[in-house]
Amino acid sequence: MNAIDVRNLVKRFGDKTVVDHVSMSVAEGEIVGFLGPNGSGKTTTIRMMCGLLTPDEGEGQVLGFDLRHEGLKIKREVGYMTQKFSFYEDLTIEENLQFVARLYRMSPVDKHVADTLADLGMTSRRKQLAGTLSGGWKQRLALAACIMHKPKLLLLDEPTAGVDPKARREFWDEIHLLARGGLTVLVSTHYMDEAERCHRISYISYGKLLATGTVDEVVKNAGLTTFVLRGDTLNEVASALEGRDGVDQVAPFGTTLHVVGSDKDKLETALADIRARPGVTVEAGETSLEDVFIQFMAGSKDNMP
Amino acid sequence: MNGGFSLTRLGALLSKEFIQMRRDRVTFAMMLGVPLMLLVLFGFAINNDPKSLPAALVATSNDNYTRAIVSALEMTGYYRFEHLVANTEEAESLMARGDVAFVVTIPGDFARRVARGDNPTILIEADATDPSVASGAISTLGTVASQALLREQGKQAEAAEEQASRLQVIVHRRYNPEGISQYNIVPGLLGVILQMTMVMMTSMALTRESERGTMENLLAMPASPAEIMLGKVLPYAAVGAVQVLVVLPAAKYLFGVPFIGSLTLLLFSILVFVMSLVLLGYTISTVARTQMQAMQLSFFFFLPSILLSGFMFPFRGMPEWAQALGEVFPLTHFIRIIRAVMLKGAGFSDIAIEIGALWLFVFVFAGMALLRFRRTLD
Ligand SMILES: Nc1ncnc2c1ncn2[C@@H]1O[C@H](COP(=O)(O)OP(=O)(O)OP(=O)(O)O)[C@@H](O)[C@H]1O
Ligand SMILES: [Mg+2]
Repeated sequence: MNAIDVRNLVKRFGDKTVVDHVSMSVAEGEIVGFLGPNGSGKTTTIRMMCGLLTPDEGEGQVLGFDLRHEGLKIKREVGYMTQKFSFYEDLTIEENLQFVARLYRMSPVDKHVADTLADLGMTSRRKQLAGTLSGGWKQRLALAACIMHKPKLLLLDEPTAGVDPKARREFWDEIHLLARGGLTVLVSTHYMDEAERCHRISYISYGKLLATGTVDEVVKNAGLTTFVLRGDTLNEVASALEGRDGVDQVAPFGTTLHVVGSDKDKLETALADIRARPGVTVEAGETSLEDVFIQFMAGSKDNMP
Repeated sequence: MNGGFSLTRLGALLSKEFIQMRRDRVTFAMMLGVPLMLLVLFGFAINNDPKSLPAALVATSNDNYTRAIVSALEMTGYYRFEHLVANTEEAESLMARGDVAFVVTIPGDFARRVARGDNPTILIEADATDPSVASGAISTLGTVASQALLREQGKQAEAAEEQASRLQVIVHRRYNPEGISQYNIVPGLLGVILQMTMVMMTSMALTRESERGTMENLLAMPASPAEIMLGKVLPYAAVGAVQVLVVLPAAKYLFGVPFIGSLTLLLFSILVFVMSLVLLGYTISTVARTQMQAMQLSFFFFLPSILLSGFMFPFRGMPEWAQALGEVFPLTHFIRIIRAVMLKGAGFSDIAIEIGALWLFVFVFAGMALLRFRRTLD
């Protein structure tokens, strides 16, 4: 049984279709990254999956429960971390955790709360008001709170936004540990390195699911060709290449320049005179996930207002 | 585990709400401060036996008797003659403008009648729009006037008795002939105070969660609508209980309102009344999208309920349609209950219908709130 199995979800706000026939399957124990530009419908899709929004069309099961009719059962087994911090700022860290523990009827409450505080390393700060925490700590508290009741499915909406690298590393280690124990995770993110730590990724743009698969599959299916240019006069080269037929992206990376195109032959032609320049070397490079996403974004801008 | 209603979850919601209430000091202070303030304000206006009220004198002759009466009236402290006018039309307009609270008319033939042993008359017109203003001044009037007259005549005690009974003081209560007893107001005030604080506070219960963004989290967790509702309204009902503890003793000991009925019966009625109020407020909060809207909706409700409940004007004095409208406010029924129990010593059977009406509100409001409650963010 798949943990998530939704078909053709549609959500409209007014006359704007924000989620447009999105289907998604996530196997048990799988970690799926959910990527897409701002406003593409990630949060809206996740909210539909945990029963916070009613889909206008489409159906599906989450953890085997019907999306439309068994919302309460889904809520008990799902841990949802909201994009915006939505715990009580006028409650202390400890009080927030106690509140959550009791709502999920965990017992003994005190032990669960104490363990979670210890895991977070917040035991000594437990009397601090949640509203006075720094941004990153708020994220970590929210994450700890939504894992506390041992859900079978985690829906995380940009859980690591504003979190420092070490905490981010720990977070992903923890996620993988939990997934090995059977937990399923759908996590939205804007970070490429996080996408690469997922078993699979889904890319959504303006409400439409454009790609899904492992990182390698997504990169391969995009069919992009990348060249890495080195040399002294790269600034000049970059402006020369900009806008040429066959050249889709020109992006400096440190001392190199990445040139990406979807048509290999056209790209070769466009680069012909550059190759001839003295002091500039052109080599075939690896297309990165980021290149692919930027290509996606450029492509979908054309067909959306 | 799969029960639709869990006391543990309700407990979680309640304790969270209590903590938030305690930390929100301004609101907390307001909840206890507002009843005290209203009580003191209203209490003074009511309790004060108002003295030295502006009065107009219509007197055509300036004889001894007339002067004796006027100075006697001034001696009581109630009357302060500011206007000496020649005719009744002028006096009439003074009163209509509210410049004077009384018009005392001593007819031109007053002295002649006294001398002749005829029945002398004095006409006192009182602006009774606010009856508590006029009542003290009027009640002392008859005796004061006749004594003054007797002193002036230098009569013997026995003969004086006989003469006194002949003096006629005619009192016209103007504008509000019915007159509300001041005792009516303090009990009704408890209803008004409870209504104001309970409805206003609970009307923001859900909008506050939405505006702070905590609603998304709350809805994502497994709390049922009924649990959320009770978790929101019960803490405020507890605040209502505290307000009752303040207002009831104050009514009895500070303002001397008689309490002849059963305290248990009254407290039970208050409980039902408070439940209907917090549920009404909660219903408002399921409709309003912002705290501002919640406030506006509450006030939209307050004004007619105070005007039509019988708190300010005698209920039976209103036109039929207004009475019918008045029945749809819990306050109307509560005011009947508390006046009946406190002042008339009514028993359960006397007010059963009114208590039944309050229960009806409880169920209707709870039902409406549960129907209106949005389980989603749509
Ligand atoms: N309640 C709402 N009413 C109207 N429009 C909405 C509502 N919620 C979201 N939208 C719109 O739906 C679109 C998708 O929003 P959503 O929050 O799902 O994007 P997202 O992919 O999560 O973006 P981000 O990466 O910035 O978090 C946006 O254009 C947004 O303006
Ligand atoms: Mg989002």
